[in-house]
Amino acid sequence: MDIRVQAEPFDFGAECANFGQGRRDVGAVVTFMGVVRDDSGALTEMEIEHYPGMTERAIAKIAQQARDRWALADVKVIHRHGRMRPGEAIMMVATAARHRKAAFEAAEYLMDYLKSRAPFWKKEYGADGAQWVAAKDEDEDALSRW
Amino acid sequence: MIEVLYFAWLRERIGQPRERVETRAQTVAELVEELKSREERYAVAFSDLSAVRVAVDQELTDFSAPIVGAREVAFFPPMTGG
Repeated sequence: MDIRVQAEPFDFGAECANFGQGRRDVGAVVTFMGVVRDDSGALTEMEIEHYPGMTERAIAKIAQQARDRWALADVKVIHRHGRMRPGEAIMMVATAARHRKAAFEAAEYLMDYLKSRAPFWKKEYGADGAQWVAAKDEDEDALSRW
Repeated sequence: MIEVLYFAWLRERIGQPRERVETRAQTVAELVEELKSREERYAVAFSDLSAVRVAVDQELTDFSAPIVGAREVAFFPPMTGG
């Protein structure tokens, strides 16, 4: 299990390259990367605040739950904080399992929980100033399917 | 003494990221009432508790949670990770 919370950018390709490799019990690897999206056309930067200490604990707990539930061979979560520009990678998850259903489901589970149970807060900076991104009801609702 | 932390717009409205608070509050809810009665900026920040989440010693919990013996209590809006 590899969990990192960092300000620095990460190399998605390099992070994926060796993940879940070199073992005989892995039949499926799923990877996901979240990217800063500019919905308004005027986004200059996104800033992500987090709660040092709790962030790492919360992600570790979520990853462990996914690992246990889908019997994952490995799991990786990288989540950035600080300022980033549209098009930059915010975070990634990778799951390795015996079968693809488990790898896909575990990745979706990780994403749903990281969205509303890991202490990160997004703020958008644009031409009209800065604004905190509001949590969506559908993000909370997404947890009920698990 | 308990360490109280604020994040995102709660931090901005209260005007500081953390503070040490002398309190006899037994629960998060009692601590919130104490803070609200202290100064207007707290009353404003905590005016709608449905928009506020809380963690005690870095574990997400609710306003009825006990804080006796806790090291830190953190207040923040619903999380927007991912």
